[in-house]
Amino acid sequence: MLAHILALALKEFLALVRDPRSRLVLIGPPIAQLIVFGYAATFDLKDVPVAVYNEDPGATSRALIAHIQGSPHFRIVEAVDHEAAIAPLIDRKRVLLVLHVGPRFTARLARGESAPLQAILDGRNSNTAMLALNDLRSVVLAFNRELAARQGRRDAGAVLQTRAWYNEQLDSQWFIVPGIVGLLTLVVTLVVTALSVAREREQGTFDQLLVTPLRPVEILVGKAIPGVAIGALEGSVIIGLAVAWFGVPLRGELAALYLGLVLFLLSAVGVGLMISAIAVTQQQAVLGAFLFLVPAVILSGFATPIANMPEAVQWLTYLDPLRYFLIVVRAVFLEGADHTLLIHQYWPMALIGLVTLAAAGWLFRHRMY
Amino acid sequence: MSPPALRLEAVTKRFAAGDRVVTALDAVDIVVPAGGICGLIGPDGAGKTTLMRLAAGLLAPDTGRIDVLGLDPTAEPQAVQSAVGYMPQRFGLYEDLSVQENLDLYADLHGVPHSRRRQRYARLMRMTGLAPFTRRLAGRLSGGMKQKLGLACALVDPPRLLLLDEPTVGVDPVSRRELWSIVVQQVGEAGMTVLLSTAYLDEAERCDQVILIHEGRVLGQDAPEGFAREAAGRSFELEAPGVHARRLQSRLARLPGVLDASVIGDQVRIVTTPGFDPDPRDLLPQMHDLSIRAVPPRFEDAFILRLRGAVGASSPAPIGPIQVSADRDETVIRVRNLERRFGRFRAVKGVSFSVRRGEIFGLLGANGAGKTTTFRMLCGLLPPSGGELSVAGHDLRHARAQARARIGYMAQKFSLYSNLTVWQNLRFFAAAYGLRGARHRQRLRWALEGFELGAFRDVNAGVLPLGYKQRLAFAAALMHEPEILFLDEPTSGVDPLARREFWARINALAEAGVTALVTTHFMEEANYCDRLVIMADGEILAEGSPHEIRARARTPDHPRPSMEDAFIGLIQGRRQAA
Amino acid sequence: MNAATRMRLRGMIRKESLQIVRDPSSIAIAFVLPVILLFLFGYGVSLDARRIPLGLVIEQPDAATAALAGAFERSEFFAPRRFASIQEARRALVERRLDGIVWMRSDFARRLLHGDTAPIAVLVNGVDANQARITQGYVQGAWLAWLERYAAARGRALPAGAALEPRVWFNAALVSRHFLVPGLVAIIMTLIGSLLTALVVAREWDRGTMEALMVTPLHIRELIAGKLVPYFVLGMGGMLFTVALAVWQFDVPLRGSLWALAGAGALFMLVSLAMGLAISFAAKNQFVAGQVAIVVTFLPAFILSGFIFDIHSMPGPIQVITHVVPARYFVAILQSLFLAGDVWPVYWANMAAMVVLLAAFMTMVRRKARKRLE
Repeated sequence: MLAHILALALKEFLALVRDPRSRLVLIGPPIAQLIVFGYAATFDLKDVPVAVYNEDPGATSRALIAHIQGSPHFRIVEAVDHEAAIAPLIDRKRVLLVLHVGPRFTARLARGESAPLQAILDGRNSNTAMLALNDLRSVVLAFNRELAARQGRRDAGAVLQTRAWYNEQLDSQWFIVPGIVGLLTLVVTLVVTALSVAREREQGTFDQLLVTPLRPVEILVGKAIPGVAIGALEGSVIIGLAVAWFGVPLRGELAALYLGLVLFLLSAVGVGLMISAIAVTQQQAVLGAFLFLVPAVILSGFATPIANMPEAVQWLTYLDPLRYFLIVVRAVFLEGADHTLLIHQYWPMALIGLVTLAAAGWLFRHRMY
Repeated sequence: MSPPALRLEAVTKRFAAGDRVVTALDAVDIVVPAGGICGLIGPDGAGKTTLMRLAAGLLAPDTGRIDVLGLDPTAEPQAVQSAVGYMPQRFGLYEDLSVQENLDLYADLHGVPHSRRRQRYARLMRMTGLAPFTRRLAGRLSGGMKQKLGLACALVDPPRLLLLDEPTVGVDPVSRRELWSIVVQQVGEAGMTVLLSTAYLDEAERCDQVILIHEGRVLGQDAPEGFAREAAGRSFELEAPGVHARRLQSRLARLPGVLDASVIGDQVRIVTTPGFDPDPRDLLPQMHDLSIRAVPPRFEDAFILRLRGAVGASSPAPIGPIQVSADRDETVIRVRNLERRFGRFRAVKGVSFSVRRGEIFGLLGANGAGKTTTFRMLCGLLPPSGGELSVAGHDLRHARAQARARIGYMAQKFSLYSNLTVWQNLRFFAAAYGLRGARHRQRLRWALEGFELGAFRDVNAGVLPLGYKQRLAFAAALMHEPEILFLDEPTSGVDPLARREFWARINALAEAGVTALVTTHFMEEANYCDRLVIMADGEILAEGSPHEIRARARTPDHPRPSMEDAFIGLIQGRRQAA
Repeated sequence: MNAATRMRLRGMIRKESLQIVRDPSSIAIAFVLPVILLFLFGYGVSLDARRIPLGLVIEQPDAATAALAGAFERSEFFAPRRFASIQEARRALVERRLDGIVWMRSDFARRLLHGDTAPIAVLVNGVDANQARITQGYVQGAWLAWLERYAAARGRALPAGAALEPRVWFNAALVSRHFLVPGLVAIIMTLIGSLLTALVVAREWDRGTMEALMVTPLHIRELIAGKLVPYFVLGMGGMLFTVALAVWQFDVPLRGSLWALAGAGALFMLVSLAMGLAISFAAKNQFVAGQVAIVVTFLPAFILSGFIFDIHSMPGPIQVITHVVPARYFVAILQSLFLAGDVWPVYWANMAAMVVLLAAFMTMVRRKARKRLE
């Protein structure tokens, strides 16, 4: 039994490593995706193009504009001198935001009144608009506080003191990069295992395998081992890069992370082998893997929170192994969690793995043509 | 004399296969004269398809010059492609279009005016016998009909040069004869030139000119009679009443002076070295009533001689001992009323037969006759829809793993891991069959030595020459010394030498008591079997020893029918009955 | 165009159309896949936080804190829960039962009354940085509204300072679906356009029909045109269907003109089909073509088109790469057409960029698509 499984696993490894196409699948996409996701998939605004329409000749408005200029989020690209010029700038996407300072801005502030400050935002991308507005609010708050200090007023009344736990600078990369550990190991493991049986079927070697004394369960385990091993290796490399290259802190128990990784890989291998057992050709296997991957990524909370989804869709996410692993990997990386806090993420992955592996084993036996 | 239709001068073409470079054509010079049928004959991998593609302007030669109907396909591929007709090997019919729609497409592409179409279609449909099926989807036609439709599409606008790449491969003998008659008729009528490639040596005799090609080199070009002349006076048929022809063949093959020995019906045909005069008394002294008769040479004899000249003599190494229980009367494979349906299609319709220990049992039939389906059910790879079967007392589909250790299996297509080396493949299958320790080492050594694979030990299986792939697959199937062998089309596409070598090995195994179930679409190979069944459309048409089956087709004008004659007789008898 | 060319072209188009009609998979790619993707993304991807679980810790309740808590409780953005102590609330945050905590210490009311600085501590889980920022923004909004009411109730003026008056154009309610769905149309059409042609041309290679087609008088231009026309019609059908779903199922306003939309859609469909053709002529087998089509069209369209992630905020080199992603231009046009209307400068600039890409892909197709097997 053990000798059979070892021989099979060794053969699978050799077949993978010696096939230039699979080597490509194992190396190319992960690197490209790590770079693209790591750098491009960010919600942090930087250098948002801003136009200023300043009708106020005073010094205070200039101070405000200096504040905005000094923020890393904004870059003033245009100055406007009449109202009618605003609309074309926004319409044509030359700027995302126009700041309109009224004519008596300095005067009103000098009198201790509040002075209106109009901001016009391009809402075509509502998320960007909202984030830009939040950033602008923070700049204005800081300006007001400084103004109060300069006018010798005490900063009275209720003030917000905001602190973010786990990710103090609210850096998107810290959120996205650990997520990539889950995303890429899923993609690689799924493609490797989904193709493994389909390729053998297409090349006729699966028949050759089935007429040997190997049992379906041995074939299943023999094919699962390389999937888990490659996934774990790939996962470790990305974990290493996340820490060393992207500088994401790894605060929790490494063992808790790896326990999650192994359970997650088991479920991914189960799904991959199931797809592989159903597919007749490699083409179908790739399409099947794609049809599983897209919803699995969308519904995992990788980029957008599960809590924002409609309730029915939220129920669907419970079937997605990536959902659980993303919580594990982010909790261990940023929240410094240990295994006791993650028990409710572990068992669903184990369950999904068991069910899909059993289904794949059943399909091996019952789908032989 | 008109200029040649096709001329190749010192054409070389290489391909990269993995990290190796394969020379598909090596300094090839040929001239195909205008008019008539020119046969391009050689085993798979000889370079036939590459040559066809070069002539069609689909590939450019690495060196050398090509001239097609006075045009250079490298410089003006479109002009060549407009002028020639071409039917690729796996003819790409649009299977989701009907017969009529396929014809319309090619008529449009060739610019056949609508006024001429009706007449042309009617003629092609009559010739191919497809007239009743014009509305049927091409994918629903039988293999033979597909090939005929492909030919019809290529003939919608009769080209001056027609390139046919293995049009008869996998087609039953009846359809093969029909295809040939269409081609012959067209050549006569339209005066076109046909270059036709084939792996069937008997087809050479129907050509006006034959080009022999092997491993990228031209072995010769001549009229078929010209080739046969070389073997004149060197071909004999021998017969020894009471001695199995196969046993006689294996003894003759080992004699000095005998270059080739093959089983033809109940006789053995030999080709000797020049000047060797076989005498019944000296040849096999222990056989008293051996009779020898000089026969006219065949094209195959000449081919074998040329091949022996090209690759040198090699005789298969001994297979080594395999011990199996000697109870020869025991039935090891039993099939009763076996059925298999795919949807509404009945691929196998109530097939029954049984095989005794130590027998070589043949399953004969064209592509689509149901032999591979039957075969896969026997191996436990496909569940039957009905009926009973047992192999060594088990239904392999439900049998415990140990039962499978007693069978060996060699699939139709090469099906070992092509990106693993020869050694890695053998080691894996040895482990899969549970061989360990000393036995593991000993069997691996046996496989490398017995099949002369030592030189290719670290070569990827996928880039092996075809004959070696077949050896490797055979070695893997024999690794664990099985009692029963399942061999699905083991000799398809390999050259005649490799085929003889293969049958010599099977013979030796059968002598040792191994049971072999073999499928083939080469009718003449049936003569190596002890017993066989002929299948068509999922049914058994005949069962018996080769002698018995041939005897059915015996008529006063045809006293010695070949297996192919018998097959055609059976099929035609069935069609008349239907 | 002479008669022979016309006949060949007609023959090819008829053949492709018959194959489309008989092959359910191309219809499925054109009509079923968009529905699945649109629903999946339309409902699965949302940046609109609603009912954020927020912990309220008020150590000494009084009228002022009650008003503030009320502000959170009435907000549709929050689902506040009271906690008696900060320790309890923190534990809930650690266990991911809360996304944020608003904490008013016992001396809050006293300090407020005395005109001292009365801090309100806000803790958010920063793991999802975007979500955390949005949460902070909402908390700030609720706080500012409360400040105003608090000042008004006491007849006091607001403290001096610049008072931000935001006006968001085109999508005043900041509904993320309104910008995601038009972008989705672009992504889906990228996938469908390139997948359709990538798979159908590759299929001809796999089945050996391409080899037979090549050795006919059919010119390569006619072959390409014969493939493009039927799939263009099919793809436009799929696009119309997707747009209709966006407008009626997802209630996205369509403020621009239909003609502008049709024009941009047609151009983009051509670019996608050309990209698919380029891939399939280069790959020559369905397996590779399918994989490449997914990897080089879908992922970049998703990440690099500005569909969801802002291109301005990406590092310079990556911004450069986005220029060769056709979806980038179509996303820009669609988001403008749907939400802002016909903004011709945006429209024509992006159309011009797509024309350039189309020319580039067609050149690639012409280079790769020789009537040769190697």
